[in-house]
Amino acid sequence: MHQPTNPVANERRELTSFWAGGQEYCVDIMSVREIRGWSAATPLPQSPQYMRGVINLRGAVLPIMDLAERLDLPPTQPSERSVIIVVQVGERLVGLLVDAVSDILSINPDQIQPTPDVGCDQAKAFIRGLITIDDRMVSEIAVERLLPEVEGLAA
Amino acid sequence: MDELEEIKITFFQECDELLGDLESGLLSIDAGATDPELINAVFRAVHSIKGGAGAFGLEALVRYAHVFETLLDNVRGGKTDLRSELVKALLRAADVLADHVAAAKQGGEGDAVSTAAMVEELEAWISGGPVPTAPAEEVNIEPNEDGIVFTPIKLSIPEVDEGPKEQAWTITFQPMDELYSKANEAGLLIREIERLGKIEVELLDDALPTFDSLDPETAHFAWKVRLRTEVQEERIREVFEFVEGHCSTTIVREAPAPTAIEPAAGPDIAAIIAAAQAGDAQAAANSAPSEEATAIAPEPPAASLPAAAVPALAESMSSRGAPPPAPEKGNQATIRVDPERIDKLIDLVGELVINQAMLAQRVSGHGFAASSDVGRGLDELEQLTRDIQDSVMAIRAQPVKSVFQRMPRLVREIAGQTGKQVRLVTEGEGTEVDKTVIERISEPITHMLRNAIDHGLETPEERIEAGKPAEGTVRLAALHRGGRIVIEVGDDGKGINRPRVRQLAIDRGLISADAQLTDEEVDNLIFLPGFSTAAKISDISGRGVGMDVVRKSVQGLGGRISISSKPGLGSMFTLSLPLTLAVLDGMVIDVAGQTLVVPLTAIVESLRPTPAEVKKVGAQGGVLAVRDAYVPLVDIGRVLGFQTVDTNPAEGVVLLVDSEVGGRAALVADSIHGQRQVVIKSLESNYQQVPGIAAATILGDGRVALILDVDALVAMRRRELPRADEPFIEAAE
Amino acid sequence: MIKVLTVDDSRTMRDMLRLALSGEEFTVTQAIDGEHGLEVLSESGADVIITDINMPKLDGFGFIERVREDAAYRATPILVLTTESDPEKKVRAREAGATGWIVKPFHPEKLVDVIRRVAA
Repeated sequence: MHQPTNPVANERRELTSFWAGGQEYCVDIMSVREIRGWSAATPLPQSPQYMRGVINLRGAVLPIMDLAERLDLPPTQPSERSVIIVVQVGERLVGLLVDAVSDILSINPDQIQPTPDVGCDQAKAFIRGLITIDDRMVSEIAVERLLPEVEGLAA
Repeated sequence: MDELEEIKITFFQECDELLGDLESGLLSIDAGATDPELINAVFRAVHSIKGGAGAFGLEALVRYAHVFETLLDNVRGGKTDLRSELVKALLRAADVLADHVAAAKQGGEGDAVSTAAMVEELEAWISGGPVPTAPAEEVNIEPNEDGIVFTPIKLSIPEVDEGPKEQAWTITFQPMDELYSKANEAGLLIREIERLGKIEVELLDDALPTFDSLDPETAHFAWKVRLRTEVQEERIREVFEFVEGHCSTTIVREAPAPTAIEPAAGPDIAAIIAAAQAGDAQAAANSAPSEEATAIAPEPPAASLPAAAVPALAESMSSRGAPPPAPEKGNQATIRVDPERIDKLIDLVGELVINQAMLAQRVSGHGFAASSDVGRGLDELEQLTRDIQDSVMAIRAQPVKSVFQRMPRLVREIAGQTGKQVRLVTEGEGTEVDKTVIERISEPITHMLRNAIDHGLETPEERIEAGKPAEGTVRLAALHRGGRIVIEVGDDGKGINRPRVRQLAIDRGLISADAQLTDEEVDNLIFLPGFSTAAKISDISGRGVGMDVVRKSVQGLGGRISISSKPGLGSMFTLSLPLTLAVLDGMVIDVAGQTLVVPLTAIVESLRPTPAEVKKVGAQGGVLAVRDAYVPLVDIGRVLGFQTVDTNPAEGVVLLVDSEVGGRAALVADSIHGQRQVVIKSLESNYQQVPGIAAATILGDGRVALILDVDALVAMRRRELPRADEPFIEAAE
Repeated sequence: MIKVLTVDDSRTMRDMLRLALSGEEFTVTQAIDGEHGLEVLSESGADVIITDINMPKLDGFGFIERVREDAAYRATPILVLTTESDPEKKVRAREAGATGWIVKPFHPEKLVDVIRRVAA
């Protein structure tokens, strides 16, 4: 599978933007594998709240993460209109549960600003930068920081 | 990848096969087989290894293999008698060869000390005496920068001799009939000479008879070649080396008054050869066997040659009148396939099975009766899908032979280390198992063998005292039983010392002093964690690893291991494993609204208890009365965090399971859906390991169901409780 | 295009020969022992044959003798490729009908050279 490359400073980039927890975010389009609708997930025992469970993605077991909850926003209430954005991080695939997908953005690097210090540490940890488009502000999510640290398990 | 690197990989693969053939051949001979083809095969194995090693510049390996090969050549030629001690020495020599190959694979060399010792022994056998002689052949190898080592080809090499000045030679040669039957021809020889210097060729056709008696198969010509060259006479003679005896040759050095020799010798040759080939074309037009260079005439003959008389062939070419060789389809055609492709195929077939199940479910949900066309069609589809799955799994299934093959050597080593005499008997090498399992069974088998030889077998003296033969027997067998593969390791040693084992367990606090145990239960105490004093760290060479470690690893494969014993007669380990790690037979259950799968191998029994059989113990715990024992209750839903309150076992269902922690547990679920085979999907590939869960699968409705890790679940439960509440066996963790 | 039949029970050696004779000048066919060699020869023919001596089923000597029985191949150059430099074996090879003898390990360029020359 194609590995998402790190954004090169001088090149135009394309990002998929979407709504989660009432706010607009985006991710590098190179990391997006597919977008699909919501289907009920099988819950995972003893897992963080933001992990909603796993679903069947054409025979593979795909973990679903509620992005809003991960960002410390109110949890998403999944409905038929909810969307799962399947992203690739390294060799793994993760499904991000969001409210809706909005746009494909094509931006110049100079449209990205670093995240200002706005108190919410949790959110800042996952956000790579802020993008201004017209009068919208879209936060870019660094997907590689979303996955929980792989914990060692006590036997 | 570099082509040469690929061939090197092929070489090492081939070495492994050859080493296997070598060992099995020697073992057969050791066991009394007398087929001479066996010793030939053994020789060829070492010969081939040496040949390939030479090509890659693996000096130490070549040197050792050469000595080994020389001895084997003597044996197959009858020069050395094949006595039993010799066969044992050859087996050890084969082990050393295997070490050399293994070292070469890593880029190193075999151990010099053990090699020298083995070489000395082999050479003693070669010379038939105690004094080792120097190696017969100097093996001189220098790899060039390509990695391919080369020595000059004897047939050619225009070696340039420095120094000596140019001399003139007259070479006369007259081929005899036989020369042509070897497809050598004068033209070829002349070209060879031409490579050495400048030549002038003269055809001597005095002996040419008239056409009538001209026999295209026999030789009538001679040539005189004048050669100016700097090379030595030997080099000239070398050209004729291969036709010696079929050609009368004289080589005379001329007086050093060089005559001017035209370098235009070339065209002469070409003309002669052209003529020869023209003449040859005529001869070939007849049904006579086509001999090139026969009937060479200075001008192309206008008339065609008479039909050949009965060819006068050389003795070695006398017509045998044998029918053309009947090709035997001796070898079964095989094709080599990239294992990744097979894995992919198996995955896809797994998907097919899931999809077919989903389809069936949806169709029946739409109300089609099983007896309708659609229903029947679906049944056929299901059958077909299962057949495909079986066939595809069979592709990847391999005989356990590849694992068993390493064992004779291991047994020899352990026997040597422990001072025991052991004979290994194997059965069922052809039993097949999916490759996912094959790769994992070699370690448990190694430990069982080590245990059998080290602890099971007595020393030769003890055995003789007991009236047994000094040599103990260890039996390694594989068989299919009940849809699983069973591996047995038995020995005819002294059996388990039950009183001692019992006492050890009590001393280590593993059982209480007054525990009532059956003989079988005592035997299986050796699997308890903390039983063995051996190091817990699993050592690849397997020195004295505790059986509890072995059991844990076996259970990780979904397998079971147990031991049975008869004092004084011996013991037997029984290892049972699923046939594949890709699919699993499971019981589908409902827990707190979730669908889970429990591996059938873990389940002893399923029960619907009555309220009377459920007993509370303390605030949190509970046990179930099962016949004459109390078994701790484990509420699956609560331990996994799906619910906060325990289900009442009397209102649900109980699965009695065997867990590693020395006893049984009673898992409580809401209801049972049924049993089915499921395809195992990994959770770790996209996510991570989840407590209490072994893996996942996809059910007929397309949803993911989690597969329970029974042992982990029971362990999680125990951690919750302040103290273990099993009445019998407590295990140290 | 020179058609070369290589007969050797070692996969490694067959691969090495194939590598040495790669290119448009040669077509290489392979056999794993003497018997197989006879089969392949009757199916595909050859302009030059390279054979090992030590092989199962039918060894090099036997193979060469059988090839020479066939009229079509009496004139085909047969080179024996082997690690053994034993003079007795050489004589035997010659008597069986071999054209020449190459000692392993060989330099690929030299092998190509020899084949070109005997095939001409």
